Amino acid sequence: MRHFSYQRAASVEDAVRAGPGAAFLAGGTSLVDLMKLEVLNPSRLVDVSRLDLRGIEARPDGLRIGACATNSEVAAHPEVKRRFPVLSEALLSGASPQLRNVATVAGNLMQRTRCAYYRDLATACNKREPGSGCAALEGWTRMHAILGGSERCIALHPSDMCVAMAALQAVIHVRGPNGDRDIPFGDFHLLPGDHPEREFALEPGELVLSVFIPFSAAGMRSRYVKVRDRASYAFALASCAAGLEIASGKIRAAQLALGGVGTKPWRVPEAEQALQGQSPERVAFQRAAEIAVRGAQTRRDNAFKMELARRTAVRALTLAAEGA
Amino acid sequence: MTSVTVTVNGASKTHQVEPRLLLVHYLRETLSLTGTHVGCDTGQCGACTVLLDGAAVKSCSLFAVQADGRSVTTIEGLAKDGKMHAMQDAFWQEHGLQCGFCTPGMILSACEILERNPRASEAEIRTGLEGNLCRCTGYHNIVKAVQAAAQKAR
Repeated sequence: MRHFSYQRAASVEDAVRAGPGAAFLAGGTSLVDLMKLEVLNPSRLVDVSRLDLRGIEARPDGLRIGACATNSEVAAHPEVKRRFPVLSEALLSGASPQLRNVATVAGNLMQRTRCAYYRDLATACNKREPGSGCAALEGWTRMHAILGGSERCIALHPSDMCVAMAALQAVIHVRGPNGDRDIPFGDFHLLPGDHPEREFALEPGELVLSVFIPFSAAGMRSRYVKVRDRASYAFALASCAAGLEIASGKIRAAQLALGGVGTKPWRVPEAEQALQGQSPERVAFQRAAEIAVRGAQTRRDNAFKMELARRTAVRALTLAAEGA
Repeated sequence: MTSVTVTVNGASKTHQVEPRLLLVHYLRETLSLTGTHVGCDTGQCGACTVLLDGAAVKSCSLFAVQADGRSVTTIEGLAKDGKMHAMQDAFWQEHGLQCGFCTPGMILSACEILERNPRASEAEIRTGLEGNLCRCTGYHNIVKAVQAAAQKAR
Protein backbone atom coordinates (compact mmCIF):
# COMPACT_ATOMS: atom_id res chain seq x y z
CA MET A 1 0.00 0.00 0.00
CA ARG A 2 1.18 3.51 -0.75
CA HIS A 3 1.97 5.97 1.99
CA PHE A 4 -0.56 8.55 3.06
CA SER A 5 -0.93 11.08 5.82
CA TYR A 6 -3.49 10.47 8.53
CA GLN A 7 -5.38 12.90 10.66
CA ARG A 8 -8.27 12.46 13.03
CA ALA A 9 -10.99 15.05 12.64
CA ALA A 10 -11.79 16.74 15.96
CA SER A 11 -15.18 17.98 14.77
CA VAL A 12 -17.42 17.93 11.72
CA GLU A 13 -16.22 21.46 10.90
CA ASP A 14 -12.63 20.28 11.20
CA ALA A 15 -13.35 17.38 8.83
CA VAL A 16 -15.08 19.58 6.26
CA ARG A 17 -12.19 22.07 6.38
CA ALA A 18 -9.68 19.26 5.81
CA GLY A 19 -11.91 17.53 3.29
CA PRO A 20 -11.05 18.83 -0.19
CA GLY A 21 -8.35 16.61 -1.67
CA ALA A 22 -8.60 14.03 1.11
CA ALA A 23 -10.57 10.84 1.58
CA PHE A 24 -12.79 10.42 4.63
CA LEU A 25 -12.18 7.24 6.62
CA ALA A 26 -15.03 5.74 8.64
CA GLY A 27 -15.07 1.93 8.98
CA GLY A 28 -12.69 1.50 6.08
CA THR A 29 -14.05 -1.88 4.99
CA SER A 30 -14.28 -0.65 1.40
CA LEU A 31 -11.57 2.01 1.38
CA VAL A 32 -8.83 -0.06 3.06
CA ASP A 33 -9.53 -2.94 0.67
CA LEU A 34 -9.20 -0.71 -2.38
CA MET A 35 -6.12 1.03 -1.00
CA LYS A 36 -4.46 -2.37 -0.57
CA LEU A 37 -5.14 -3.06 -4.24
CA GLU A 38 -3.91 0.47 -5.07
CA VAL A 39 -7.16 1.11 -6.90
CA LEU A 40 -7.78 4.09 -4.64
CA ASN A 41 -4.69 6.03 -3.60
CA PRO A 42 -5.63 8.99 -1.44
CA SER A 43 -2.61 10.91 -0.21
CA ARG A 44 -4.51 12.11 2.85
CA LEU A 45 -6.99 10.32 5.06
CA VAL A 46 -9.26 12.22 7.42
CA ASP A 47 -10.67 9.85 10.05
CA VAL A 48 -14.26 10.79 10.86
CA SER A 49 -15.08 7.63 12.79
CA ARG A 50 -14.73 9.29 16.22
CA LEU A 51 -17.17 12.09 15.43
CA ASP A 52 -20.60 12.04 17.01
CA LEU A 53 -22.32 10.70 13.89
CA ARG A 54 -23.53 7.32 15.13
CA GLY A 55 -26.93 8.12 16.57
CA ILE A 56 -30.22 6.72 15.30
CA GLU A 57 -33.04 9.06 16.17
CA ALA A 58 -36.79 8.87 15.60
CA ARG A 59 -38.35 12.12 14.44
CA PRO A 60 -42.10 12.74 14.09
CA ASP A 61 -41.94 12.07 10.35
CA GLY A 62 -39.05 9.67 9.95
CA LEU A 63 -35.85 8.13 11.22
CA ARG A 64 -32.54 9.94 11.11
CA ILE A 65 -29.57 7.60 10.95
CA GLY A 66 -26.09 8.94 11.64
CA ALA A 67 -23.52 8.51 8.89
CA CYS A 68 -21.21 6.46 11.11
CA ALA A 69 -23.81 4.11 12.56
CA THR A 70 -22.57 0.62 11.76
CA ASN A 71 -24.49 -1.80 9.58
CA SER A 72 -24.92 -4.07 12.63
CA GLU A 73 -26.34 -1.24 14.74
CA VAL A 74 -28.80 -0.14 12.06
CA ALA A 75 -29.93 -3.69 11.25
CA ALA A 76 -30.60 -4.47 14.93
CA HIS A 77 -32.30 -1.18 15.83
CA PRO A 78 -35.89 -1.78 17.00
CA GLU A 79 -37.30 1.20 15.09
CA VAL A 80 -35.56 0.13 11.90
CA LYS A 81 -36.93 -3.42 12.25
CA ARG A 82 -40.44 -2.12 12.94
CA ARG A 83 -40.61 0.75 10.47
CA PHE A 84 -38.36 -0.51 7.69
CA PRO A 85 -37.95 -4.30 7.82
CA VAL A 86 -36.60 -4.14 4.26
CA LEU A 87 -33.61 -2.13 5.46
CA SER A 88 -32.75 -4.53 8.27
CA GLU A 89 -33.07 -7.51 5.93
CA ALA A 90 -30.97 -5.87 3.24
CA LEU A 91 -28.19 -5.05 5.70
CA LEU A 92 -28.15 -8.55 7.17
CA SER A 93 -27.96 -10.06 3.69
CA GLY A 94 -24.73 -8.20 2.97
CA ALA A 95 -21.10 -8.94 3.89
CA SER A 96 -20.40 -10.87 7.12
CA PRO A 97 -20.85 -10.08 10.83
CA GLN A 98 -17.26 -8.84 11.25
CA LEU A 99 -17.64 -6.41 8.35
CA ARG A 100 -21.11 -5.27 9.42
CA ASN A 101 -19.68 -4.48 12.88
CA VAL A 102 -17.36 -1.95 11.25
CA ALA A 103 -18.97 -0.83 7.99
CA THR A 104 -20.96 2.40 8.27
CA VAL A 105 -24.03 3.85 6.60
CA ALA A 106 -22.06 6.54 4.75
CA GLY A 107 -19.39 4.03 3.78
CA ASN A 108 -22.05 1.76 2.33
CA LEU A 109 -23.54 4.72 0.42
CA MET A 110 -20.12 5.15 -1.15
CA GLN A 111 -19.28 1.47 -1.56
CA ARG A 112 -17.44 0.98 -4.84
CA THR A 113 -18.25 -1.53 -7.52
CA ARG A 114 -16.94 -5.09 -7.31
CA CYS A 115 -16.27 -5.10 -11.08
CA ALA A 116 -13.25 -7.41 -11.43
CA TYR A 117 -11.71 -5.10 -14.02
CA TYR A 118 -12.04 -2.04 -11.79
CA ARG A 119 -10.15 -3.97 -9.11
CA ASP A 120 -7.42 -5.25 -11.44
CA LEU A 121 -4.71 -2.68 -12.26
CA ALA A 122 -3.61 -4.77 -15.25
CA THR A 123 -6.83 -4.15 -17.19
CA ALA A 124 -8.49 -1.11 -18.78
CA CYS A 125 -11.09 0.68 -16.68
CA ASN A 126 -12.61 4.09 -17.34
CA LYS A 127 -13.78 4.36 -13.75
CA ARG A 128 -10.33 3.75 -12.28
CA GLU A 129 -8.36 5.44 -15.03
CA PRO A 130 -10.53 7.75 -17.17
CA GLY A 131 -10.03 7.25 -20.89
CA SER A 132 -8.26 3.90 -20.60
CA GLY A 133 -11.23 1.91 -21.91
CA CYS A 134 -13.49 -0.74 -20.44
CA ALA A 135 -12.32 -4.34 -20.34
CA ALA A 136 -15.74 -5.47 -19.12
CA LEU A 137 -17.51 -4.62 -22.38
CA GLU A 138 -15.77 -7.52 -24.12
CA GLY A 139 -15.05 -9.45 -20.96
CA TRP A 140 -16.75 -11.76 -18.50
CA THR A 141 -20.00 -9.98 -17.66
CA ARG A 142 -21.85 -12.35 -15.34
CA MET A 143 -21.58 -9.84 -12.50
CA HIS A 144 -22.18 -6.70 -14.55
CA ALA A 145 -25.09 -4.31 -14.88
CA ILE A 146 -27.89 -4.67 -17.40
CA LEU A 147 -29.46 -1.32 -16.52
CA GLY A 148 -27.91 2.14 -16.56
CA GLY A 149 -24.69 1.22 -18.35
CA SER A 150 -22.92 3.22 -21.03
CA GLU A 151 -20.37 2.51 -23.74
CA ARG A 152 -17.73 3.42 -21.18
CA CYS A 153 -18.83 1.46 -18.12
CA ILE A 154 -21.20 -1.32 -17.09
CA ALA A 155 -19.94 -1.72 -13.53
CA LEU A 156 -22.59 -3.02 -11.15
CA HIS A 157 -23.56 -1.21 -7.97
CA PRO A 158 -22.99 -3.82 -5.24
CA SER A 159 -24.83 -2.49 -2.20
CA ASP A 160 -27.86 -4.11 -0.59
CA MET A 161 -28.49 -1.31 1.89
CA CYS A 162 -28.73 1.24 -0.92
CA VAL A 163 -31.44 -0.75 -2.71
CA ALA A 164 -33.60 -0.62 0.40
CA MET A 165 -32.89 3.07 0.94
CA ALA A 166 -33.71 3.84 -2.71
CA ALA A 167 -37.09 2.14 -2.35
CA LEU A 168 -37.73 3.95 0.94
CA GLN A 169 -36.86 7.28 -0.74
CA ALA A 170 -34.28 8.28 1.81
CA VAL A 171 -32.66 11.71 1.82
CA ILE A 172 -28.94 12.18 2.38
CA HIS A 173 -27.82 15.12 4.49
CA VAL A 174 -24.34 16.45 3.75
CA ARG A 175 -22.16 19.32 4.92
CA GLY A 176 -19.50 20.96 2.82
CA PRO A 177 -17.40 24.11 2.59
CA ASN A 178 -20.53 25.90 1.31
CA GLY A 179 -22.86 24.69 4.01
CA ASP A 180 -25.49 21.98 4.45
CA ARG A 181 -27.75 20.44 1.84
CA ASP A 182 -30.04 17.48 1.32
CA ILE A 183 -29.64 15.09 -1.62
CA PRO A 184 -32.59 12.89 -2.61
CA PHE A 185 -31.44 9.28 -2.68
CA GLY A 186 -32.05 8.86 -6.39
CA ASP A 187 -29.70 11.77 -7.16
CA PHE A 188 -26.81 10.63 -4.97
CA HIS A 189 -25.40 7.91 -7.23
CA LEU A 190 -24.53 9.02 -10.76
CA LEU A 191 -24.98 6.99 -13.92
CA PRO A 192 -21.63 6.29 -15.59
CA GLY A 193 -22.41 8.05 -18.89
CA ASP A 194 -19.25 9.57 -20.34
CA HIS A 195 -17.67 9.98 -16.90
CA PRO A 196 -17.79 6.72 -14.94
CA GLU A 197 -15.08 8.11 -12.65
CA ARG A 198 -17.72 10.46 -11.21
CA GLU A 199 -19.75 8.27 -8.93
CA PHE A 200 -21.47 10.52 -6.40
CA ALA A 201 -23.25 13.87 -6.40
CA LEU A 202 -20.87 15.14 -3.73
CA GLU A 203 -18.86 18.33 -4.11
CA PRO A 204 -15.20 18.32 -3.02
CA GLY A 205 -14.99 18.24 0.75
CA GLU A 206 -18.64 17.39 1.34
CA LEU A 207 -19.19 14.95 4.20
CA VAL A 208 -22.29 12.81 4.66
CA LEU A 209 -23.73 13.51 8.12
CA SER A 210 -26.90 11.44 8.15
CA VAL A 211 -29.60 9.71 6.17
CA PHE A 212 -33.24 10.55 6.76
CA ILE A 213 -35.86 7.92 5.95
CA PRO A 214 -39.46 9.11 5.95
CA PHE A 215 -42.01 6.91 7.73
CA SER A 216 -44.54 5.32 5.41
CA ALA A 217 -47.18 2.60 5.57
CA ALA A 218 -45.45 0.82 2.68
CA GLY A 219 -42.15 0.91 4.56
CA MET A 220 -43.69 -1.01 7.44
CA ARG A 221 -44.81 -3.72 5.04
CA SER A 222 -41.57 -4.14 3.16
CA ARG A 223 -39.25 -7.02 2.33
CA TYR A 224 -35.86 -7.62 0.73
CA VAL A 225 -35.14 -10.62 -1.46
CA LYS A 226 -31.60 -11.35 -2.58
CA VAL A 227 -30.60 -14.07 -5.03
CA ARG A 228 -26.94 -15.05 -5.16
CA ASP A 229 -24.59 -17.84 -6.16
CA ARG A 230 -24.43 -19.28 -2.63
CA ALA A 231 -26.64 -19.00 0.41
CA SER A 232 -24.52 -16.50 2.30
CA TYR A 233 -21.73 -14.00 1.97
CA ALA A 234 -22.03 -13.24 -1.73
CA PHE A 235 -23.03 -10.23 -3.81
CA ALA A 236 -26.44 -10.19 -5.43
CA LEU A 237 -27.12 -11.59 -8.87
CA ALA A 238 -30.46 -9.88 -8.48
CA SER A 239 -32.24 -8.39 -5.49
CA CYS A 240 -35.37 -6.43 -4.82
CA ALA A 241 -36.65 -4.13 -2.10
CA ALA A 242 -40.42 -3.96 -2.13
CA GLY A 243 -42.94 -2.25 0.13
CA LEU A 244 -46.71 -2.10 -0.19
CA GLU A 245 -49.45 -0.11 1.47
CA ILE A 246 -52.65 -2.07 1.11
CA ALA A 247 -56.11 -0.74 2.00
CA SER A 248 -59.46 -2.36 1.27
CA GLY A 249 -57.81 -5.05 -0.81
CA LYS A 250 -56.05 -2.61 -3.14
CA ILE A 251 -52.51 -1.28 -3.30
CA ARG A 252 -52.55 2.33 -2.18
CA ALA A 253 -48.82 2.92 -2.49
CA ALA A 254 -45.82 0.88 -3.60
CA GLN A 255 -42.05 1.13 -3.16
CA LEU A 256 -39.83 -0.83 -5.50
CA ALA A 257 -36.10 -0.91 -6.24
CA LEU A 258 -33.82 -3.51 -7.79
CA GLY A 259 -30.26 -4.46 -6.92
CA GLY A 260 -27.69 -6.60 -8.68
CA VAL A 261 -28.77 -5.31 -12.07
CA GLY A 262 -28.03 -1.58 -12.24
CA THR A 263 -25.03 0.71 -12.35
CA LYS A 264 -26.79 2.38 -9.41
CA PRO A 265 -29.54 1.30 -7.02
CA TRP A 266 -32.44 0.93 -9.45
CA ARG A 267 -35.69 2.48 -8.32
CA VAL A 268 -38.42 2.63 -10.94
CA PRO A 269 -41.23 5.08 -10.07
CA GLU A 270 -43.24 3.99 -13.13
CA ALA A 271 -43.36 0.43 -11.79
CA GLU A 272 -44.51 1.76 -8.42
CA GLN A 273 -47.25 3.82 -10.09
CA ALA A 274 -48.38 0.82 -12.11
CA LEU A 275 -49.11 -1.00 -8.85
CA GLN A 276 -51.29 1.75 -7.41
CA GLY A 277 -54.96 0.87 -7.30
CA GLN A 278 -54.30 -2.75 -8.28
CA SER A 279 -55.14 -5.86 -6.33
CA PRO A 280 -52.00 -7.20 -4.63
CA GLU A 281 -51.78 -10.21 -6.89
CA ARG A 282 -49.34 -11.93 -9.17
CA VAL A 283 -50.57 -10.38 -12.41
CA ALA A 284 -49.99 -6.86 -11.08
CA PHE A 285 -46.60 -7.83 -9.67
CA GLN A 286 -45.52 -9.32 -13.00
CA ARG A 287 -46.53 -6.16 -14.84
CA ALA A 288 -44.57 -4.01 -12.38
CA ALA A 289 -41.55 -6.30 -12.70
CA GLU A 290 -41.75 -6.01 -16.48
CA ILE A 291 -41.69 -2.21 -16.22
CA ALA A 292 -38.85 -2.32 -13.69
CA VAL A 293 -36.41 -3.97 -16.12
CA ARG A 294 -37.48 -1.92 -19.13
CA GLY A 295 -34.53 -0.74 -21.18
CA ALA A 296 -32.21 -3.48 -19.95
CA GLN A 297 -29.26 -4.33 -22.16
CA THR A 298 -27.88 -7.76 -21.51
CA ARG A 299 -24.57 -9.22 -22.63
CA ARG A 300 -23.20 -12.67 -23.25
CA ASP A 301 -22.86 -13.76 -19.64
CA ASN A 302 -25.70 -11.90 -17.95
CA ALA A 303 -28.76 -12.43 -20.15
CA PHE A 304 -30.16 -14.58 -17.34
CA LYS A 305 -30.48 -11.50 -15.15
CA MET A 306 -33.56 -10.24 -17.03
CA GLU A 307 -35.72 -13.15 -15.99
CA LEU A 308 -34.04 -13.50 -12.60
CA ALA A 309 -34.66 -9.82 -11.77
CA ARG A 310 -38.31 -10.06 -12.81
CA ARG A 311 -38.88 -13.15 -10.69
CA THR A 312 -37.02 -11.62 -7.75
CA ALA A 313 -39.26 -8.55 -7.94
CA VAL A 314 -42.42 -10.67 -8.07
CA ARG A 315 -41.18 -12.68 -5.09
CA ALA A 316 -40.39 -9.56 -3.03
CA LEU A 317 -43.77 -7.99 -3.84
CA THR A 318 -45.53 -11.24 -2.95
CA LEU A 319 -43.77 -11.38 0.43
CA ALA A 320 -44.55 -7.71 1.07
CA ALA A 321 -48.22 -8.33 0.28
CA GLU A 322 -48.27 -11.24 2.74
CA GLY A 323 -47.10 -8.75 5.36
CA ALA A 324 -44.54 -9.04 8.11
CA MET B 1 4.44 8.06 12.08
CA THR B 2 1.43 8.18 14.35
CA SER B 3 1.18 7.21 17.99
CA VAL B 4 -1.31 4.50 18.92
CA THR B 5 -2.29 3.28 22.34
CA VAL B 6 -4.30 0.09 22.33
CA THR B 7 -5.37 -2.11 25.21
CA VAL B 8 -4.50 -5.58 23.97
CA ASN B 9 -5.70 -8.51 26.06
CA GLY B 10 -5.96 -6.19 29.04
CA ALA B 11 -2.53 -4.56 28.77
CA SER B 12 -2.00 -1.06 27.44
CA LYS B 13 0.45 -0.82 24.53
CA THR B 14 1.80 2.33 22.91
CA HIS B 15 3.78 2.45 19.68
CA GLN B 16 4.71 4.76 16.85
CA VAL B 17 3.33 3.24 13.67
CA GLU B 18 2.96 4.08 10.01
CA PRO B 19 -0.66 5.02 9.32
CA ARG B 20 -0.80 2.30 6.66
CA LEU B 21 0.08 -0.47 9.13
CA LEU B 22 -2.83 -2.92 9.30
CA LEU B 23 -4.10 -3.94 12.73
CA VAL B 24 -3.29 -7.60 12.03
CA HIS B 25 0.33 -6.73 11.27
CA TYR B 26 0.51 -4.57 14.37
CA LEU B 27 -0.64 -7.54 16.44
CA ARG B 28 1.59 -10.09 14.74
CA GLU B 29 4.76 -8.13 13.96
CA THR B 30 4.87 -5.37 16.55
CA LEU B 31 3.37 -7.26 19.48
CA SER B 32 4.43 -10.78 18.40
CA LEU B 33 0.89 -12.07 18.93
CA THR B 34 0.95 -14.54 16.07
CA GLY B 35 -2.23 -16.36 17.10
CA THR B 36 -4.14 -14.00 14.83
CA HIS B 37 -3.67 -15.37 11.33
CA VAL B 38 -3.48 -13.71 7.94
CA GLY B 39 -5.44 -15.82 5.50
CA CYS B 40 -6.86 -14.16 2.43
CA ASP B 41 -5.77 -10.60 3.32
CA THR B 42 -8.91 -9.36 1.57
CA GLY B 43 -11.47 -9.30 4.37
CA GLN B 44 -13.15 -12.49 3.32
CA CYS B 45 -11.84 -15.54 5.18
CA GLY B 46 -12.05 -14.32 8.78
CA ALA B 47 -8.80 -15.95 9.94
CA CYS B 48 -7.71 -12.52 11.22
CA THR B 49 -10.83 -12.01 13.37
CA VAL B 50 -10.26 -10.28 16.71
CA LEU B 51 -12.60 -8.54 19.12
CA LEU B 52 -12.50 -4.74 19.00
CA ASP B 53 -14.33 -3.32 22.04
CA GLY B 54 -16.02 -6.71 22.19
CA ALA B 55 -17.21 -6.82 18.56
CA ALA B 56 -15.74 -9.28 16.07
CA VAL B 57 -13.82 -7.50 13.31
CA LYS B 58 -11.44 -8.47 10.53
CA SER B 59 -8.08 -7.08 11.55
CA CYS B 60 -6.70 -7.26 7.99
CA SER B 61 -9.22 -4.63 6.93
CA LEU B 62 -8.48 -2.07 9.62
CA PHE B 63 -5.54 0.23 10.16
CA ALA B 64 -3.85 0.00 13.55
CA VAL B 65 -4.57 3.72 13.99
CA GLN B 66 -8.30 2.92 13.88
CA ALA B 67 -7.86 0.88 17.08
CA ASP B 68 -6.24 3.76 18.95
CA GLY B 69 -7.82 4.21 22.38
CA ARG B 70 -9.78 1.00 22.02
CA SER B 71 -9.58 -2.51 23.40
CA VAL B 72 -8.54 -5.56 21.38
CA THR B 73 -8.91 -9.20 22.38
CA THR B 74 -6.93 -11.78 20.45
CA ILE B 75 -6.94 -15.55 20.85
CA GLU B 76 -4.02 -15.19 23.28
CA GLY B 77 -6.25 -13.19 25.59
CA LEU B 78 -8.94 -15.83 26.13
CA ALA B 79 -7.21 -18.29 28.47
CA LYS B 80 -7.07 -17.18 32.09
CA ASP B 81 -4.55 -18.46 34.66
CA GLY B 82 -3.42 -21.24 32.38
CA LYS B 83 -6.98 -22.48 31.90
CA MET B 84 -8.57 -22.49 28.48
CA HIS B 85 -11.63 -20.36 27.80
CA ALA B 86 -14.88 -22.37 27.64
CA MET B 87 -15.05 -21.87 23.87
CA GLN B 88 -11.48 -23.12 23.41
CA ASP B 89 -12.29 -26.11 25.59
CA ALA B 90 -15.42 -26.86 23.53
CA PHE B 91 -13.40 -26.76 20.27
CA TRP B 92 -10.95 -29.18 21.91
CA GLN B 93 -13.66 -31.53 23.19
CA GLU B 94 -15.73 -31.54 19.98
CA HIS B 95 -12.78 -31.73 17.61
CA GLY B 96 -13.79 -28.35 16.17
CA LEU B 97 -10.52 -28.00 14.33
CA GLN B 98 -8.47 -29.88 11.78
CA CYS B 99 -5.46 -27.92 10.55
CA GLY B 100 -6.21 -25.14 13.03
CA PHE B 101 -5.61 -22.21 10.72
CA CYS B 102 -9.13 -20.78 10.94
CA THR B 103 -9.53 -21.70 14.61
CA PRO B 104 -8.54 -18.42 16.34
CA GLY B 105 -10.94 -16.48 14.13
CA MET B 106 -13.68 -19.09 14.50
CA ILE B 107 -13.39 -19.04 18.28
CA LEU B 108 -13.52 -15.24 18.53
CA SER B 109 -16.50 -15.03 16.16
CA ALA B 110 -18.19 -17.79 18.16
CA CYS B 111 -17.59 -15.86 21.38
CA GLU B 112 -19.39 -12.86 19.90
CA ILE B 113 -22.31 -14.98 18.68
CA LEU B 114 -22.95 -16.33 22.18
CA GLU B 115 -22.26 -12.96 23.79
CA ARG B 116 -25.10 -11.47 21.72
CA ASN B 117 -27.36 -14.49 21.96
CA PRO B 118 -26.48 -17.17 24.55
CA ARG B 119 -29.33 -19.32 23.21
CA ALA B 120 -28.31 -19.16 19.54
CA SER B 121 -29.82 -22.00 17.51
CA GLU B 122 -27.78 -24.18 15.19
CA ALA B 123 -29.02 -22.11 12.23
CA GLU B 124 -28.10 -18.87 13.99
CA ILE B 125 -24.63 -20.23 14.76
CA ARG B 126 -24.13 -21.22 11.13
CA THR B 127 -25.30 -17.81 9.91
CA GLY B 128 -23.19 -16.10 12.54
CA LEU B 129 -20.09 -17.86 11.23
CA GLU B 130 -20.69 -16.83 7.61
CA GLY B 131 -17.64 -14.59 7.69
CA ASN B 132 -15.26 -17.39 8.74
CA LEU B 133 -14.05 -19.89 6.18
CA CYS B 134 -12.57 -23.28 7.13
CA ARG B 135 -10.23 -24.53 4.44
CA CYS B 136 -10.58 -28.09 5.77
CA THR B 137 -14.39 -27.73 5.47
CA GLY B 138 -14.69 -28.87 9.07
CA TYR B 139 -17.82 -26.85 9.69
CA HIS B 140 -19.99 -29.50 11.32
CA ASN B 141 -17.73 -29.99 14.32
CA ILE B 142 -17.14 -26.28 14.60
CA VAL B 143 -20.88 -25.71 14.91
CA LYS B 144 -21.12 -28.61 17.38
CA ALA B 145 -18.38 -27.01 19.46
CA VAL B 146 -20.21 -23.68 19.63
CA GLN B 147 -23.42 -25.49 20.55
CA ALA B 148 -21.56 -27.38 23.28
CA ALA B 149 -20.12 -24.15 24.67
CA ALA B 150 -23.59 -22.61 24.70
CA GLN B 151 -25.01 -25.67 26.46
CA LYS B 152 -22.29 -25.61 29.08
CA ALA B 153 -22.81 -21.92 29.82
CA ARG B 154 -26.45 -22.51 30.75
